Amino acid sequence: MSITRRDLVTNASKLLVLTPAAAAFLACLKGETAEMEPKYKMADHYWAMTIDIGKCIGCGNCVRACATENSVPDGYFRTWVERYVVPAWPDEHPDVDSPDGGKHGFPPKEKAGAKSFFVPKLCNHCAHSPCVQVCPVGATFESPDGLVLVDKTYCLGCRYCVQACPYGCRYIDPDKQVVDKCTLCYHRISKGLTTACCETCPTSARTLADLKNPNDPIHEFLRTNSVQVLKPHMATGAKLYYKGLDESVR
Amino acid sequence: MKDAAHLIRLAAVFAAGFIAFLLIRQALVPAGFGKYGHFRAGALDDIRARKVSFAGREQCAICHDDRVKELHAGKHAGVGCEACHEAQAKHAQLDDPSTGKPVLPDTKVLCARCHEKNNAKPRGFPQVATAEHSGGEPCKSCHNPHSPKL
Amino acid sequence: MNELVQSVQGFMYPDEVELQWSVLIVLYPFITGLVAGAFILASLERVFNVEEVKPTYRLALLTALAFLIVAPMPLQLHLGHPERSFEMFLTPHKTSAMAMFGFVYMWYLMVVLVVEIWLEFRRDIVMAARTTRGLLGFVYRLMTLGSMNISERALAIDDKTGWIITIIGIPSAFLLHGYVGFIFGSIKANPWWSTPLMPVVFLFSAMVSGIALVMLMYMATTWLRKRTIDMRCLDTIARYMFYTFVIDFSLEMLDLIHRIYQSDESFQSLDFMVHTRLWMSHVVLQIVIGTVVPLLMLAATQVLPLRDAVRRAIYASSGGLTLIGIFAMRWNVVIGGQLFSKSFLGYTTYKMALTTREGLLTSIVLMILPFFILWALVKLLPPWWETSGTKTAGGAHGSAV
Repeated sequence: MSITRRDLVTNASKLLVLTPAAAAFLACLKGETAEMEPKYKMADHYWAMTIDIGKCIGCGNCVRACATENSVPDGYFRTWVERYVVPAWPDEHPDVDSPDGGKHGFPPKEKAGAKSFFVPKLCNHCAHSPCVQVCPVGATFESPDGLVLVDKTYCLGCRYCVQACPYGCRYIDPDKQVVDKCTLCYHRISKGLTTACCETCPTSARTLADLKNPNDPIHEFLRTNSVQVLKPHMATGAKLYYKGLDESVR
Repeated sequence: MKDAAHLIRLAAVFAAGFIAFLLIRQALVPAGFGKYGHFRAGALDDIRARKVSFAGREQCAICHDDRVKELHAGKHAGVGCEACHEAQAKHAQLDDPSTGKPVLPDTKVLCARCHEKNNAKPRGFPQVATAEHSGGEPCKSCHNPHSPKL
Repeated sequence: MNELVQSVQGFMYPDEVELQWSVLIVLYPFITGLVAGAFILASLERVFNVEEVKPTYRLALLTALAFLIVAPMPLQLHLGHPERSFEMFLTPHKTSAMAMFGFVYMWYLMVVLVVEIWLEFRRDIVMAARTTRGLLGFVYRLMTLGSMNISERALAIDDKTGWIITIIGIPSAFLLHGYVGFIFGSIKANPWWSTPLMPVVFLFSAMVSGIALVMLMYMATTWLRKRTIDMRCLDTIARYMFYTFVIDFSLEMLDLIHRIYQSDESFQSLDFMVHTRLWMSHVVLQIVIGTVVPLLMLAATQVLPLRDAVRRAIYASSGGLTLIGIFAMRWNVVIGGQLFSKSFLGYTTYKMALTTREGLLTSIVLMILPFFILWALVKLLPPWWETSGTKTAGGAHGSAV
């Protein structure tokens, strides 16, 4: 039954009787971005992300999806997941691992009396980015809609920004020899989609947020939860808001 | 003044070099640099121009609304289609999507990614030691992935 | 990549495993340090009229130029896209310490060093232009900029101008190397680098290494030319080196004590690193062999009545040890700052390749290259007073100020 329905819809789309929105959507998927582009107004958005530690199950979907969506080379990560095992005795170091960035999940690890949780990480798209500050030529920059991006045709590959990022979110693309990092799937979010990591997160542990949209759930999230950013003492203006972040996380 | 003529020549060499630098700079600074900040404005379009790989769940619903309805009625309501079925933008772009059918995932591997027991997972999250639980039997022989029941 | 992951001890953010700045970035502050140090020593003589170090004045200038020409090469070789480096001149980012590199470098190379050397040697250049034929003669004539005027008044003007350039040059040399320290010291993400003392420590260690280099160059060239060493000159240089070294060492120890006493969140991690992966290069090479030993040796020459030959031997060996120590210091800053994770939970290793673009061979070539350039410069512009025509030691500029 579903087959016939599918055929029907496919043929219908050929005859262009789809709703205009869906047609535009299809057009943009087929790379005909020119028609969609003007609809995206940078001034109307300011992107951020919320992460709920209590929901992350360490499945690695986000890491794999990111690699697919952005052609991230093996061994390098725009997003990754860490597992913390924190002993009850506070003087001991937490035991942290992230095998292959958590791409294929985590093998079981038992430690008596310890608490254990996953921490998804990616670029914090800082409002006062130390990486942007040090770029000598303006190859990495903060966009008007709140993203930290890289102009790969302009980057020298000096790696100063990699040194300046407190979160370890940057790497050198081994083929292009320029710096690379999370774009918060700018090519998706500017077309009305969510990021690849959020799209594939089965528990909605991470959610893309637009701070300039008054109806965005992030406002409720920030209002009703205790949230934290990574390394707040660095004063980077990080825009990844973590709910339930443990003190031991660096 | 005559005795300082060589210094004026030196100054002239420097001035010529400086003017040459300014002219070259004028010619080489990329178009649109500085429009929105200290970067090439065209870089924004370059990054936005990338093609998507994951079509997004709304896109899947256009054709597969029966499946989506079933999914939304059950425990997996929040799970996106491509969380399990891999990136399908290519499939969605085909003029006749039925010609490029995605491969069905192997539920033995797929379900374990999320539901394999691991004490770092949140307490309330349903998890089993698959080896003991099913003995290698694919999960879908007992559970419907689109509408799982315990 | 896999091999790298295996060398990690503890936890690192996955993108941190690969070291970004290699041995070439160690060479860069080492070489600019030598430039700044050599120039500051030369300026001492010029500005403060220290007669004793006069025999090294011209040699120090040429040494500084030879090393300054090589200084940007390790940077270029390290860039992922060297062909884009001119962008630093096109669109320099004003908040970036590195963006200023091109400008500070050009300023220092062209306005300070080249002009000062030109003014200092102009008389010799004109003389050579008159007597030399062929291609070399053409080069000399080019260097005169078409002006053969070496009248007494013209030389007096040169001298005055040179003095002003030197005055400008001293803060420029401070800037050149201070900013290299700032490149590291301003990175708040990295606690091993982030300290306001970094530029000052870099500056003083630069002066120490530059003075040591000029001292060794003076001894070596005098020996090669089979002349006798001016002990008054050597003693003075060694004394300057001793004083600057004391300041440098105090600053470094101040930084160390401050870190130990404050023990911030990074301390355990850094402490562990110094006791393990950096033990040889930091404690043994930099602090003991490269600093304490030469300091004690130099102190001995200050308080004990030693014979000339003994003093010469002490100067030569302490100069050599100092250069090793300062190189180790650069190594420990650049490489050491990348061996630990910014999560403070793990450590990686640096394996220097032999033949890659950023390998050991490249570094050796880059360290030898300045000496070849210096050799060529010395051929072109002999810095020895007794061979520079009829000019007597003491030079025209002695009357300046």
